[in-house]
Amino acid sequence: MTIALRSIHKHYGDIRANDGIDLVLRPSTVHGILGENGAGKSTLMKILSGYVRKTSGTILVDSEEVDFKNPAEAASHGIGMLYQDPLDFPPLTVLENFMAGQRMKAWPDRSLFRKRLAGLCREMGFDLDPETPVVRLTVGERQQLELARHLAAGRRVLILDEPTTGISSLQKDVLFSALRRLSSGGATVVLVSHKLEDVETLCDEVTVLKKGRVSGSAVRPFSTGALLEMMFGREPAPPLRKGHEPGAQALFLEGVHAHGGRTGLAQCTVKVNRGEVVGLAGLEGSGQDVFLRVAAGLTRPTRGRVHVSRKDMTGRDHHAFKTMGVAFQPAARLEEGLIAGLSVAEHCAILERSSFSLDLDASASLAQERIQSFQVAARPESPVESLSGGNQQRLLLSFLPDDPVLLLLENPTRGLDRESVRWVWERLDAIASNGAAIVFSSSEIDEILMVSDRVLVFFEGRIIHDVRPEDTDALMLGKAIAGRV
Amino acid sequence: MMDGFDMLLVASAVIAGAAPLVMATLGETLTERAGVVNLSLDGTIVLSAMAAFVVASLSGSLLAGFAVSAAVGACVAALVALFSVRLGMSQVAVGFVLTLMTRDLAYFLGSQYARTEGPISGSAPVPVLSGMPVLGQVLFNHSVPVYLSMIMVAFAWWYLYRTSWGLRLRCVGENMEAAYARGIDPDLVRVVYTVAGGALVGLSGAAFSLCTKPGWGQPQGCEGSGWIALALVIFGAWHPVRAALGAYLFAFLQVMSIHFQSWFPDVPAQVFQVAPFPLMIFLLAVSTLVHSEEAKMLAERHPLLRILTRGLAQAPPLSLGKARSRD
Ligand SMILES: Nc1ncnc2c1ncn2[C@@H]1O[C@H](COP(=O)(O)OP(=O)(O)O)[C@@H](O)[C@H]1O
Ligand SMILES: [Mg+2]
Repeated sequence: MTIALRSIHKHYGDIRANDGIDLVLRPSTVHGILGENGAGKSTLMKILSGYVRKTSGTILVDSEEVDFKNPAEAASHGIGMLYQDPLDFPPLTVLENFMAGQRMKAWPDRSLFRKRLAGLCREMGFDLDPETPVVRLTVGERQQLELARHLAAGRRVLILDEPTTGISSLQKDVLFSALRRLSSGGATVVLVSHKLEDVETLCDEVTVLKKGRVSGSAVRPFSTGALLEMMFGREPAPPLRKGHEPGAQALFLEGVHAHGGRTGLAQCTVKVNRGEVVGLAGLEGSGQDVFLRVAAGLTRPTRGRVHVSRKDMTGRDHHAFKTMGVAFQPAARLEEGLIAGLSVAEHCAILERSSFSLDLDASASLAQERIQSFQVAARPESPVESLSGGNQQRLLLSFLPDDPVLLLLENPTRGLDRESVRWVWERLDAIASNGAAIVFSSSEIDEILMVSDRVLVFFEGRIIHDVRPEDTDALMLGKAIAGRV
Repeated sequence: MMDGFDMLLVASAVIAGAAPLVMATLGETLTERAGVVNLSLDGTIVLSAMAAFVVASLSGSLLAGFAVSAAVGACVAALVALFSVRLGMSQVAVGFVLTLMTRDLAYFLGSQYARTEGPISGSAPVPVLSGMPVLGQVLFNHSVPVYLSMIMVAFAWWYLYRTSWGLRLRCVGENMEAAYARGIDPDLVRVVYTVAGGALVGLSGAAFSLCTKPGWGQPQGCEGSGWIALALVIFGAWHPVRAALGAYLFAFLQVMSIHFQSWFPDVPAQVFQVAPFPLMIFLLAVSTLVHSEEAKMLAERHPLLRILTRGLAQAPPLSLGKARSRD
């Protein structure tokens, strides 16, 4: 199936998310859509999958004009999309998620669907248990399930929006080989990403978006420099680790056990000094999440002790940790970090907490200040959920205290493009130089190696390695993360 | 002290007495599984009880009474759906106003029929089956609405977990956006199950005024059961069978309170009449508390408790009470 997009526009008020985009997608091709955060990639793909309606423009499917009013209409043309945030039903089982939305009888034969799922999994190299609730799956497994579902429904055009975010490198290999197989079988595969290496490994053709427009396109073999220039206009320098002078003890976990997450945390003894940047590596949910929450006082250890600045804080609540200078920033920006529905200015007002009545003018000017110094693309009155991921992250960073003792960051650069990552680490570097200990988790091994003074590797709820980046490399870390020490 | 106490009689009374509550609880479970809280339950039951009684008295047809009660329940629920699903108003506010309005409307419209004679859906033993020892008396020696309530429990389970419509309903309740992305119309599903659930709630009103608490007056005797049904949905963790078991438990407490009255004549009768309500609140609190961190920690240390809390801990449908965002 060949799909042609002609002059697609999508406007949200003043924002032109798509500003006249032309694009042709061919069968038996993996087509990359590359662009930094906020370039309009997701919006364009949602228009193609019928989830969002375009403001103007034409879509041709095999030269026939279509206008999708909802996802069902796009699906009937064989177009399916894996959304950036997985759109599934976490409490329902794998099998039920697989069935939902598929054509079926009034009282369907579950064993039929079970067989179909098992067959697809075998074919694609996936390993999914049909009776597990989807909440217990990793992001990568949820993705595999969605892919299997689209295939079972006979989709010939598969759009994947940032599929490599939050999955292990092993899962990425499985995914990519599945996508290659599909495309050689005649399917049209679209890979949306802000990561150059994904596009370079998998795609045959790539279109680069910038500020809602096409800024260039290329076919294999790609020139990295040329692609970067299409994305940013110029090549950004990689983030650099400065190497800090370690200071006094900031955090000491002593034989800590805790529940939570997928694996909990077991037998964890770690010291972190001020001025140190410690990267937590591991598959998503191998204990890093619990570690950060124990250190933040959000999860109480079942055994062991937690010390902050040599003071025993075991069993104290998050507020007590905060007054000791501990700051925590969760991965789910909109769920845990920001309050959807409130504007940037209102977020500033909450932080002030000086008087009973809100001084909205003052917080608006404060918001303006933060917006400028942290280069957030927003207005004080913008609701936070309308900001792109990178801008939400910048806003959250602007809320961090000025001189923390311990900064706990969960996937602080998830979903950010290279320029934003570099920007974030310049800020964090400055904070570490001021004498703060920074502990962060990330699924990007390269990032961890580049910015950390120390790396802790998590596997199944335990720390199995505590190394300096100069004593290891990406390959060794990758093996350790997968449990093959 | 134990004279007059017959286990079989108690069991039979529990099955019969719980029938209206079972219907209302199942109806609300369906509605909430689609993500809508219909808070108008209590008033709806009173209004449909009145409508069923009046129509059945005037027409002489029990069937007409039941049909009208279902229609009344469906209409009130349709208002909830209109205001909260289509117009995006607060489900809680709409439901609360409606519950007060419908109850007053029932007393106003039904005042001239208060304490008049009306038809009663009498006992209709199932041939052959009612002759069985033990089970015959407990399960198969009731009136038609009671059989209906028992069949509904099994049907609701089958519908929710074994049909494609039930799957679609649960999908909408868990994630409206994802349901939309899969070609389901979340608003339509919500409206349909709010109305269908409302019809069941309406039937429960008829089951009161034509069967378990026959007659009409102010009060009728069904007042408050709507709130109990709302609590039972939570107690039942949005699972139709568990919610129905909660209704039977509540009916059991009520039946026992009558026995306790005769066993302990010194204690004021009101104590036993009221006791089931705080007991239900206590059970509700327990079933909610098992979600807490402390309870989970405690449970980790005691394997027996762990099994118990696993069974009790059930989260509400993720989109419950939420409106769909549009752009
Ligand atoms: N529902 C929406 N309302 C308002 N603005 C939006 C909405 N969705 C996206 N945008 C804006 O459109 C631009 C493009 O967003 P998006 O397509 O998500 O970018 P990308 O996927 O390339 O990161 C961003 O500036 C974003 O803030
Ligand atoms: Mg995107």
